[in-house]
Amino acid sequence: MADIQERIAGQFPEATFDTSDVLTVEIPDSKLHALARFLRDELRFDFLVTIVGMDWVEKMGCIYYLQSTSDHSRIAIKATTADRENPMLHSIADLWHIAGIFEREVYDFFGIVFIGNPDMRRLFLSIDWKGYPLRKDYDPSLNPVPTENERQSDFTDTYVEHSDGKVVKEQARVFEEDDFVVNIGPQHPATHGVLRFRTAVDGETIRKIDVYMGYIHRGIEKICEGLTYPQTLHFMDRMDYFSAHNYHHGLCMTIEQAAGIEVSRRVQVIRVIMDELSRIASHCLFIGTFCMDLGATTMLFYTLRVREQILDIMDKTCGARMTFNYETIGGVMQDLHPDFVKDVKELLAVLPANLKEYDKLFTGNVITRNRMEGVGKMSREDAITWSVTGPSGRASGWACDIRKTHPYSIYPELDFEQVVMHEGDAMARFKVRMKEIEESAKIIAQLIDNIPEGEIQAKVAKVLKLPVGHWFRTVEGCRGAFGIYLESDGTVNPYRLKIVPPCLPAAAAVDHLTRGQKIADLITIGGSLDYIVPDMDR
Amino acid sequence: MEVTTKSMPYEAWKDNEYIESLVNELKENGTNVIVGSFDKLINWGRSNSIWPLTFATSCCGIEFVSLGAARFDMARFGWEVARSSPRQADFIMVAGTIVHRMAPVLRRLYDQLAEPKYVIATGSCAVSGGPFKKSYHVVMGVDKIIPVDVYLPGCPPRPEAMIYAIMQLSRKMKVERFFGGVNRKEKQQEFLKEHPVEGVED
Repeated sequence: MADIQERIAGQFPEATFDTSDVLTVEIPDSKLHALARFLRDELRFDFLVTIVGMDWVEKMGCIYYLQSTSDHSRIAIKATTADRENPMLHSIADLWHIAGIFEREVYDFFGIVFIGNPDMRRLFLSIDWKGYPLRKDYDPSLNPVPTENERQSDFTDTYVEHSDGKVVKEQARVFEEDDFVVNIGPQHPATHGVLRFRTAVDGETIRKIDVYMGYIHRGIEKICEGLTYPQTLHFMDRMDYFSAHNYHHGLCMTIEQAAGIEVSRRVQVIRVIMDELSRIASHCLFIGTFCMDLGATTMLFYTLRVREQILDIMDKTCGARMTFNYETIGGVMQDLHPDFVKDVKELLAVLPANLKEYDKLFTGNVITRNRMEGVGKMSREDAITWSVTGPSGRASGWACDIRKTHPYSIYPELDFEQVVMHEGDAMARFKVRMKEIEESAKIIAQLIDNIPEGEIQAKVAKVLKLPVGHWFRTVEGCRGAFGIYLESDGTVNPYRLKIVPPCLPAAAAVDHLTRGQKIADLITIGGSLDYIVPDMDR
Repeated sequence: MEVTTKSMPYEAWKDNEYIESLVNELKENGTNVIVGSFDKLINWGRSNSIWPLTFATSCCGIEFVSLGAARFDMARFGWEVARSSPRQADFIMVAGTIVHRMAPVLRRLYDQLAEPKYVIATGSCAVSGGPFKKSYHVVMGVDKIIPVDVYLPGCPPRPEAMIYAIMQLSRKMKVERFFGGVNRKEKQQEFLKEHPVEGVED
């Protein structure tokens, strides 16, 4: 890292460095784009993990987290502006496709305008929303429950910088003037929640999709700023409710590392088993709902059989079928149920037969193959520039499993394969998940017979305060890399808790993947990406 | 009058006072023998084949999927299949959080349901905002937008609880007056007038 720091300092003498967590380079806004390009092209930080919008009251700004897809190292860029009235930064949307969407999110929450972003609209909130909710001085009484239908605009704003440095707001069309636009959603059974696509079609062929999110935006990040650290945990269950354990694990791990809490080996093992059980249950439901989207309704009943078996195991130990709230800071809520080991072994015993059955019923089916093979092809480059991680990214040949690239907990000791396929189509995304079920079962089989004895809860202060600082951690959720950015000002509440959901990029990539495809394939492509709308909307 | 459904013993229900007061209220003006008998017949059919709308915004929706699958199997009670079009459904199970942006959409869905229509507020979010009480974008209970017949708490409620809630709804339907009873419709109109959402009149 010291070498990288030297190279950046050589190119950008105005840069300052902070090495307390991930190496963070602070740069004036004017050099932001040049630095981002330098990092992407020269230093191979080619994956934009997220953009964290920040309001530090005296200034506002963004932190860009980048990652290298070759050696997996991370770096962060920080750019700020002191202007609260008209905060502006330069856009990097031309370097990464996904940056355009991330910047819209920051604009929506903080009102920071990105010069050069071709589409500067709100992302989650409606067009007539007043104020910017994640600013520290936001007044919630400005926006009562709407009593009118949402206003719709066919235009978007762009901010263009002229050669004399003056920034001019310009209007642009979202669709072409003669496009035929069909509305799909938010109430549509195949959008997996409440997601809305405005789809421009030419006969049966899709020309462009404009994705509208925010129909389940619950403002979790803002609520967390008013809660203590243990109170923030339960929201992790309610975003991607299939990855409840994994997300909990992620936030607990971040807080534990920030507070310097050691967790016992027993807790680590329990957490990893729970994560992998969640993954199996999640992928089973994916197979079921995806097949149902394609018309194979019966598959849902087959896959839910395994899922119910897992939910029963969870029910006995955690006391709930969903939203478990099981992991705590420094441990887990209760010890394992006496039947746990027996139940899990029973599950592992029936799993191979079930997977074989799925293959027999669905995977080899000629209709399935016709509908899925070659549909919605995503190249490795596309996956990286759209930041589509998780099984969907791995189906495009991008080895991006956080359990391997940034190993956490006891994953380094475990023997499992990272499932990577290269076709990049809907079939590959389906098959990767099928194989991941086997890999997860392999992990559980290694652990289930030797769960060590020990404490299930480390000693944690009753009133937990984190030292001043910031931390960025990722874990592998069921749908991809789940990140937590935590900034503390030394009090009992987080100053900022930014959640990096894996489903947001997946939904954003739908537009790119469906262009030129048939409208019936939209369902296949959307289903195979397996996004969960409450996860992307937070 | 002991109102029950699906062979549940009357004592097993939790809130018999409510259903008794509802029955008394309806009986206040007496019942026509002929219309009353038709009511009973029609309500017997109606209350045993209520079909939900496929409507889910978040976690509760997944439990609703489980409810439809083989283990809990709502079809065995006559609730058969979830319909994707509001025109074909009898009730909305509001499964999940309703946020500001979704509120007019939900109201429009409600308006598109064919009469007689019912609403079950499923889960703490739909009942009162639940864990998102402090949010800037969450509607604190769907009864701010549409009239609710049954409140079902839980986060999310187990499928068994959902079965119980739909049974409560079918019990309510059993005592209603289908022919003579305009009371329900009037109450609905009153509610909708008090909670206007412009531009979504059906």
